[in-house]
Parts: sequence; structure tokens; C-alpha cells
Amino acid sequence: MATEFAFSDSVAKNATAEQEFQTERMSLSLGPSHPSTHGVLRLQMELDGEVVTKCDPIIGYLHRGDEKIAENMTYNQFVPYTDRLDYLAPLANNVAYAIAVERLAKLEVPARCQAIRVISSELARISSHLLGLGAYGIDVGAWSVFLYSFTEREKLYKLFEELTGARFTTSYTRIGGVARDVPDGWLERVNAFCDQFLPILDETLKLLTRNKIFMDRTVDVGIISKEDGIAYGLSGPNLRGSGVPFDLRKDKPYSGYEQYDFDIPVGARGDCYDRYLVRGEEMKQAVRIVKQAIAKFPGGAWYATDARKIFAPPKDKILTSMEELIQNFMLVTEGPQMPAGEVYFEAENPKGALGFFVVSRGGGVPWRLKIRAPSFCNLSILPKLCTGMMVSDVVSILGSLDFVMGECDR
Amino acid sequence: MPASADAPAALKRTFPQLLDRPSLDHPAFTAPAADVVGILQHLRDGHRFDFLTDLTAIDNGEEATPRFTGVYHLYSTTEHKYLRLAANCPDDSEPSLPTVTALWPGANWLEREVYDMFGIVFAGHPDLRRILMWDGYPYHPLRKEFPLSGIETTLPDLEVVAETGTRVIAAPMVGGPFVASSGEINLTEAEPRAKDESWNEQSEKPL
Repeated sequence: MATEFAFSDSVAKNATAEQEFQTERMSLSLGPSHPSTHGVLRLQMELDGEVVTKCDPIIGYLHRGDEKIAENMTYNQFVPYTDRLDYLAPLANNVAYAIAVERLAKLEVPARCQAIRVISSELARISSHLLGLGAYGIDVGAWSVFLYSFTEREKLYKLFEELTGARFTTSYTRIGGVARDVPDGWLERVNAFCDQFLPILDETLKLLTRNKIFMDRTVDVGIISKEDGIAYGLSGPNLRGSGVPFDLRKDKPYSGYEQYDFDIPVGARGDCYDRYLVRGEEMKQAVRIVKQAIAKFPGGAWYATDARKIFAPPKDKILTSMEELIQNFMLVTEGPQMPAGEVYFEAENPKGALGFFVVSRGGGVPWRLKIRAPSFCNLSILPKLCTGMMVSDVVSILGSLDFVMGECDR
Repeated sequence: MPASADAPAALKRTFPQLLDRPSLDHPAFTAPAADVVGILQHLRDGHRFDFLTDLTAIDNGEEATPRFTGVYHLYSTTEHKYLRLAANCPDDSEPSLPTVTALWPGANWLEREVYDMFGIVFAGHPDLRRILMWDGYPYHPLRKEFPLSGIETTLPDLEVVAETGTRVIAAPMVGGPFVASSGEINLTEAEPRAKDESWNEQSEKPL
């Protein structure tokens, strides 16, 4: 069937077919402040009509020099800075950092502390994926998902506030433990949240999963092959969406993840839709882990009691005993004392593998702390992924990668 | 194909120039900078270390020789093992390493970051530009001689400079507000506060 186009201007009307297809390359700068770039990412693109012919991501707008700062402060002082890496899942960052430094000290925290860390990490995962889901919905034109997911996030923030004293910047872990034990009744409230969350999550996902508009914009868009995903160092749901069952909670269990029963969802095609499905399923698996951790929540100490040069003594002892006062004073002024050496630890964060490479020369301050940010590596595939796509697909791809610039720029 | 369980021993047989590197967790080696690409390729193709998880550098101190060390962290997605490979840059004043972008395209950004932060040039890199700092920024901030407070520089946009006459001013904390070592300094010096009080809440920031 022939399609007729109505042209209003005479030039177009008289143009021959050959002249019509003479195109001009245009450059377009998307961001750094644009709702679809989820933060301060800038894409310098070259367009041929609506097709992207070149894409150059420009990052660094949120660079604060976290690695330089880390070299100038004690290990515990750096915990609040880890909140500001992936600021959608600060609890998970706190946990990853604490474990990395504990590996340096060869310190094992008690089972109760591990369980607290697992519960808080998994709640952070739900919170992060909920935001990713809601924001992705808005990116591709589905507003209501955002409203559902943010209602749930608000409930999570209430739980975080009760646990850590802060909704957003939690700074919950310490080297050798956590800031405080779980409050009375908190675990029951987490359990109640999980119970009511699952049906709401199903309802929320139902808004998108078989939604024609959503599928049109995501299915077979931004396909990442297994090989590409590994070659570019992708991790987290972005790599699992491509069918690689890469999950450090299963492969290199830390903090007692080996005792929980959960599945790793993987995608089949590696497109935006698969990445969305993986995130949806991961939230359900996170609920499973949280419920198991609560069911067998261990008693005992919630911090490493044998690490006197690393974890601060209880407050009441500090105020009454000379020994503990001196110990606390040394800990605050000189930092937790670490042996010299190098460790590299990666944790499975909501965005992917968050790694800390700690180089110590002894004492309370790291010589070098490198942060391996999953969002940084995930974004490095953008030039390859966006080239040849339509501008509207770029928005769809960006949302599906679910990156955070705080972590990318550090 | 050798299993990576005995990778350290097999690797040292294949590459006798590898030296053991002190490590608290994963197997670690130090390699001559010139052989890095060959060794990494062998690890990727022969030992299933298919995932370049991290690439970074260490500044060993202004007086140290060798001053800069590149560090590669490899991971095997099939056998779930890590391996650390370090390579000292032969020249302290103009450090350089060979690029591994041909093996892993993901190394592109990681190498750009190391170049940006340490000034290590990756020979053969397809697009070696700054990545976190802006183009034309004159320093490499993660070098040890670079102060925590930053160094005063001009703004990246010359038009803005011409219009406003502003520049990037270093934070008023020369020496660092986070003094944590007891060492030789007295208590007043060690007090965490801004050392340079040329501008603060009371007196305005100089323009």
C-alpha cells in the first residue's frame, strides 16, 4: 500500500526522492540536567535524523574525589562517604565497605551482625529496584508505576529510619559491626512489610509486564550479548539480563549468604525488557532472603567483641571504665588499627558488583582505596549500545541500565 | 585447558618473570610492564579469567621507586576466582603502561580514569582523554603530592571566565581537616579544623 505524505511547504512538495534523502548530521547534547539521564550524565550525540550515529557519554559532573578523601581519614570516618556512592542503596554500600576492611583485618563478625547486614542489604536492594522501576516507567511514559513504587519506598524509609536514625544517608555499619543492634519489634515490622509488599509488587509489575506500549519500547531494544556484557565488565541485573548467572551472593558468598535459599533470575535476550524482568524478580527473591534471615535470626553479640583495637567498646563502659575510655580515645583519634597489605572485595549490590580495593601500610588510614563502581562499568557500554538506535530508544536504554551518577563519578 | 585451581603454579611455569606479590586474599603477582598484555591474554584465554573487574593504579609515594603501580583484578565468571596482577611503571616521571583495550573493551574507561587521576599514559589506547576531570585540567589529583583541598585553577569554560572573572578556588583546608595521625604534631595542630582561614563563614571568599 502506498503511503501519501502531505507537505505544507512548496520546497518539500517539489523535492525529488533523491534530494529528500540528503541528510545532515546534527549534534545533540542530552543532559547533564535532563530527567531521562537520572542525574548528571551528559550524552554528546551525533544524529542523522532521528538515528544516533555517535554517542559520547561525558561524566564527572558529580566527581567529589572520594578516593582522595579516603586516603586522608580513618576507616570509620569514611563510612558516611559510602552512603553517597549509590545513594539509592546506602545500606548495601555500608555493608560492602565494612566487609572489605574487615577482610583486611581478617576479622569475622558474629552471625547476628551478618544477619542484620543481610537484611539491610536486601531491603536496600528492594528500595533501589523500586526506584529504578518507577523512574523507568516515567521514562517510557507510564506514570502510575512511580506512584506505587514510591509508596512502598516510603514504608522502607520508615524502617531504615528506625534502624539507623536516618532515612537516606544511613552510615549504619562500623568496621567490626554495626552502629547499633536492631530495635525491639523491628524484625516483626520488616516481616509485616514483606507480607504486604509481595501482592503490591505483583500489582505494580502487572502495570508494565504485558503493557503494549511498554513492550513496544523495550522488547528487542538495547540488546547486550553475553560476550559483550562480560567484555565491558557489566555486572548486576544488566549482566544477568543478558543470561549470565553472575551473582556474587551465590558465587562468592559473604556475610552468610550461603545459608539462604534463593534463585538468580537471568534474561534470555539481553534487551531492556529482560533487564526490567530481572529486577522485578530480584525484588521477590530479596523478600525471600529477608524472611529466611528473620526466621533464623541468631542471638548473641551484634559486633565483633574480640576486636578491641577495631570496634569501639560499649558506651556505658566508656563512661565508667578507664581502660575502655582509653581504648575509645585511641580508636577515634588514630582509627581502627589495620595490618599492612592489599585486599579486594566485591559485594553484589543492587546496581552490580561494588568493589573496594584497600591498600594499607598499617595504622588507621588507608594508603589507597579504590572503589570499583558498577555504574561506571555499566555505562561504558553506552557508546556501543546507543549507536544506530533512535533517540527515543536512548532514553529507554538509559533507564534500563539503572545507573547512579553518585557512584559512577565518585 | 588447565583448571584455574592450580593457576598460580601453572602461570609461574609459563611466565618465569612473574614475581609473587604479598596479598591478604587472592593470588597476586607482579609482572614486568612490557609483558602485561601477553600475560593477561593468557589468563583470559587459558585460565578462564574472562572478566576484567577492576583496573587501577597505586602511587607508592613521591620518593618511592618505582613510583606508580598498575593493578589489574581479574575474575572468572565460570570458576568464581579472583586474581590480582600488578605491574610497576618503569619510568617515574613519565609513567606508562600498555593498553588492554584490545582484550577487554571495558578497560577503555578504566584506563582513562587512571590516566586522569595518576597521569599514567596507556600506550595504544584508542581515546585517551580525561574522564572525571575536565579536558585541559592541569593536575592528576590522586598523586600523593596533590593536596586534599585542591589547587586553584581556571574554570574549564573560557567564555565564563571572560564574562565573570571567576576561577576555581581551593577549599580552605590546606593540610586537610581530617588529621588523624598522632606522630610529631601537637594537639592544636591535630585538631580537625580548617588550617587556612583566609575565608570562612565570617570573611568572604576572595574572587
